[in-house]
Amino acid sequence: MRDLIEGRVWTLGDDVDTDGIISGKYLTIIDPDELKKHVLEIALPEFAGQAKSGDLLVAGVNFGCGSSREHAPQALKAIGVSAIVAESFARIFFRNAINLGLPAIEAPGVRKIFDRFDPARVEMGRGTITNLRTGASVRFPPLPEHLLGLLEAGGLVEKVRQELERRGGRAPA
Amino acid sequence: MSGRTSGPNGGMTLAEKILARASGLERVVPGQIVEGQVDLAMMHEQGAQTVGPFHQMGAPRVWDPDRVVIAIDHWVPASTEGAAVLHRILRKFAQEQHLPHFYDVGRHGICHQVLAEDGWVVPGDLAVGTDSHTNMLGAMGAVAAGIGPTEMAAVLALGRLWLKVPSTIRVDVHGKLGPGVTAKDLVLRVLGEIKTTGATYKSVEYTGPTIEALPMTDRFTICNMTTEMGAKCGLIAADATTMEYVRPIAKHAMHPVRADPDASYERTLSIDVEGMPPMVACPYSPDNVRPLPDVVKEGVGVDQVFLGSCTNARIEDLREGARIMKGQQVAPGVRFIVSPASTKIYEQALHEGLIEVFTRSGAVFTNSSCSACFGGNMGILAPDEVCASSSNRNFPGRMGAKEARIYLMSPAATAATAIRGRIADPREYL
Ligand code: SF4
Repeated sequence: MRDLIEGRVWTLGDDVDTDGIISGKYLTIIDPDELKKHVLEIALPEFAGQAKSGDLLVAGVNFGCGSSREHAPQALKAIGVSAIVAESFARIFFRNAINLGLPAIEAPGVRKIFDRFDPARVEMGRGTITNLRTGASVRFPPLPEHLLGLLEAGGLVEKVRQELERRGGRAPA
Repeated sequence: MSGRTSGPNGGMTLAEKILARASGLERVVPGQIVEGQVDLAMMHEQGAQTVGPFHQMGAPRVWDPDRVVIAIDHWVPASTEGAAVLHRILRKFAQEQHLPHFYDVGRHGICHQVLAEDGWVVPGDLAVGTDSHTNMLGAMGAVAAGIGPTEMAAVLALGRLWLKVPSTIRVDVHGKLGPGVTAKDLVLRVLGEIKTTGATYKSVEYTGPTIEALPMTDRFTICNMTTEMGAKCGLIAADATTMEYVRPIAKHAMHPVRADPDASYERTLSIDVEGMPPMVACPYSPDNVRPLPDVVKEGVGVDQVFLGSCTNARIEDLREGARIMKGQQVAPGVRFIVSPASTKIYEQALHEGLIEVFTRSGAVFTNSSCSACFGGNMGILAPDEVCASSSNRNFPGRMGAKEARIYLMSPAATAATAIRGRIADPREYL
């Protein structure tokens, strides 16, 4: 995980639920590259066709509410979203995103300082997000240490792999 | 928002006590990060995504095959090639890892229901599942939470899970539910107050004489819909009712606990259900809750009615529906889908003659599965269609087309609605 994340912003409203991110009919798709074609199909239909790697999402409250489907953060990661900054997140979505190594940042007040395609800069360590067009910025409490650790390791898979390796429990390849 | 938390000498809430035991600590306080030993891990189709990360982690084997249950339920039997592949991945994984507790086609049921009816989650447990409604098992007096598949891979590898101890909202319920008014109406009422974000990251503990008087089936319904409040878990302390239900079926040792009398709650919501009418959650959110009679007055016509899902498809729910349907007909132009929550319930419905009541009335009685609940298997809605459902979610696109409108209600209300062809009050059919 980088301390500095910069990119173009897509804005979303409140209560974007997991059906709005990846609809139930795509849940049998395992390949992230296939999945990403349908990302945000309900909540923001033009996104999948126009998203560029490195784009950020700025959303309202309760982003990712609904089901526990990891398809949702996975599809966002696959299409190249570099971070999601929201007023607040639903619990399982937040955990899933961090576990996949996708930065999810709760920054109350962020939604109103961005319009679509504004350039943004996120400083993870300092806990600020700035609109590089208007200069407006909001502060957020930096993620707790253990979550930053997870992001730094590149997600939970890497973290557990390292722990198992330390314990000598790794299976022969 | 943060409010009071337990002081250094204060008592613990139900969730705090369970998490303290799971993490081997004398006491825990909200906000603390703990590592809990998992008592039961459940996977359904989404668990197919656990297999990849599990192998990438380099874990040689599952930490304890006797603590892992796999229950396929979303597409049973497989209705698409994609679903068939998910099932195959899980079967192969179960074989390789020697996981004996696999609810495959033929003995299947909705994952939460099979956990409940076969005693896989018992009082005092820390249970996790790859489905958000794992919260339902909190009715056992357990902390039961949904996690994603990558996180499940870590649980399978280590038998442990990190979690932040949630603060607790207490929902204290008193008063007697009137005739035709059910636990579903009660939990919808609570949702209307707490809203879909009101309990995010938190635990919701249900207490009070009304809760204590409820049978397990109703407690499952209530804890199930705690998910729609954003909660990490929803629970009801184990009492005589719980013990009577779970003792003959418990799969492992129980550690029933109750909240301390001096436990600190973030807040207490006091609900009086005396004289409360049935409730309905209107499109497009489970917290858009209104008294059912108000919606009835508006004459909302329906295209489809669904009596099913982990929230409300136990035998008691089917009996309630059948009692209203007996000798009646589904309204012309309406499709009424009834899906039991498990194969056991299916058999019971068969023995009791309920299936005949439903099919004679013009309903379709399906195999046990998630069925129409999630818009990916069967009973999918076209744009602009309206559905009355006993399930738990009505977000845009939940049961098919994003324009389709879903109204959430009790099983009795779905039956009344199927007969009338418009949203109806079950009390007219008592
Ligand atoms: S019945 Fe519906 S809510 Fe319950 S597990 Fe199945 S899809 Fe999820």
